[in-house]
Amino acid sequence: MREISTKLIIDTIAEMCITANCNLNQDVYTALEEAKQKEESPVGKEIFCQLTKNADIAQECQMPICQDTGIAIIFMEIGQEVHITGGLLEDAVNEGVRQGYEKGYLRKSVVQDPFLRVNTKDNTPAILYTKIVAGDNIEITVAPKGFGSENMSRVYMLKPSDGMEGAKKAILETVKEAGPNPCPPMVVGVGCGGSFEYSTYLAKKALLRPIGSHSDKKHIREMEEELLQKMNDMGIGPQGLGGRTTVLGVNIETYPTHIAGMPIAINISCHVTRHCHKII
Amino acid sequence: MNVSVPFTAEQAKQLKAGDTITISGVIYTARDAAHKRMLEDYHKTGKFPFDIENQIVYYAGPAPAKPGQAIGSVGPTTSYRMDAYSPALLQLGLRGMIGKGARSQEVIKAMKQYSGVYFGATGGAGALLANHIEKVEIIAYEDLGAEAIRKLTVKEFPVIVIIDSNGNNLYETEPQKYKRVNQ
Repeated sequence: MREISTKLIIDTIAEMCITANCNLNQDVYTALEEAKQKEESPVGKEIFCQLTKNADIAQECQMPICQDTGIAIIFMEIGQEVHITGGLLEDAVNEGVRQGYEKGYLRKSVVQDPFLRVNTKDNTPAILYTKIVAGDNIEITVAPKGFGSENMSRVYMLKPSDGMEGAKKAILETVKEAGPNPCPPMVVGVGCGGSFEYSTYLAKKALLRPIGSHSDKKHIREMEEELLQKMNDMGIGPQGLGGRTTVLGVNIETYPTHIAGMPIAINISCHVTRHCHKII
Repeated sequence: MNVSVPFTAEQAKQLKAGDTITISGVIYTARDAAHKRMLEDYHKTGKFPFDIENQIVYYAGPAPAKPGQAIGSVGPTTSYRMDAYSPALLQLGLRGMIGKGARSQEVIKAMKQYSGVYFGATGGAGALLANHIEKVEIIAYEDLGAEAIRKLTVKEFPVIVIIDSNGNNLYETEPQKYKRVNQ
């Protein structure tokens, strides 16, 4: 049994909230640079220049890449040999978010109730997913998620007879309808299978995969490649103002499902797809 | 081209979809909650928290300023959420809106009727856009935090005319040029 204090969890999460929001991940930065070279639209090219320049300013000044510093979504894989000391895990996570968003001058974007809509003023509560795994470490992922793109996400409860073609149609339809709204170029996370809610969890997890990575299942990898091509053929382009790059990456995660169903969740993310990983 | 705010209907009519311009002068931030409250206040008192005549509203809620900064990152938010409120504001004199993303037919109709302009700023470029803001003052609804109405003094704030006062719309015309038809 290894003891991990809530103090360490608080400090780690606070720092990760700041890191994730102020430093564009290298995979996204590289994808933007590559898209800039390929872009045929002059306006599109200029937008890519602005986006990489913006990321440079954010990193240099340690200010948020985007003012929507998101709701803090946190994944923790907790080794079953770990004993957490000094308080409750959930309280520690929220305290980490509270301190990180305050110290990092990050925007507080959470309201207490979906209808009454009073801002909690400290960006808590976070959304926390825990999984018990082997080992004596905790692997933490902090993924702040903005809602311009989150709002463009969809869930479809398809029938088995809809097959892969039905799934592709649903995914393409979601991207097309999103159009200029989610700050394209987008990153598209897809969860196929599981149950109604599990498909959405998989879609969110899919967004954590680096751009350019592919599923190790052949049929899924081919689906990712085909969808990426078709999305970029839509012409929506950077910021929806026309161009060659509408989507930077399509990541699909699958899971076994019920004989009667085929849930498909599509989680749309923007060109500021953020995630920060750390093992303690 | 640089546009100074406030600007009149006649000046608005000169702007065409696709024009890349900069804005200098005073603009006001307002997003979901502020729009709702502004119109509620107007219906109760007959007044807005600021005179909207010939002004520009920026759909944005900034990140907090670090010491020494005027403002934190401040890019546009998605505009369609304000569609329910925009026609009434345009009718009452609002001239321009800065945001990102599509607008409803009702908003475009009101823009044509009252000579409004919809500008796009680059979404997700909040750190870059913050450099064009010189001064910030909260003028209403401070309790809304990031959603409070802020009076921003901007200098050469970069935008594109997305929908002009004739209803020409870049989101309709531009993607068509790059679409490949093997869908």
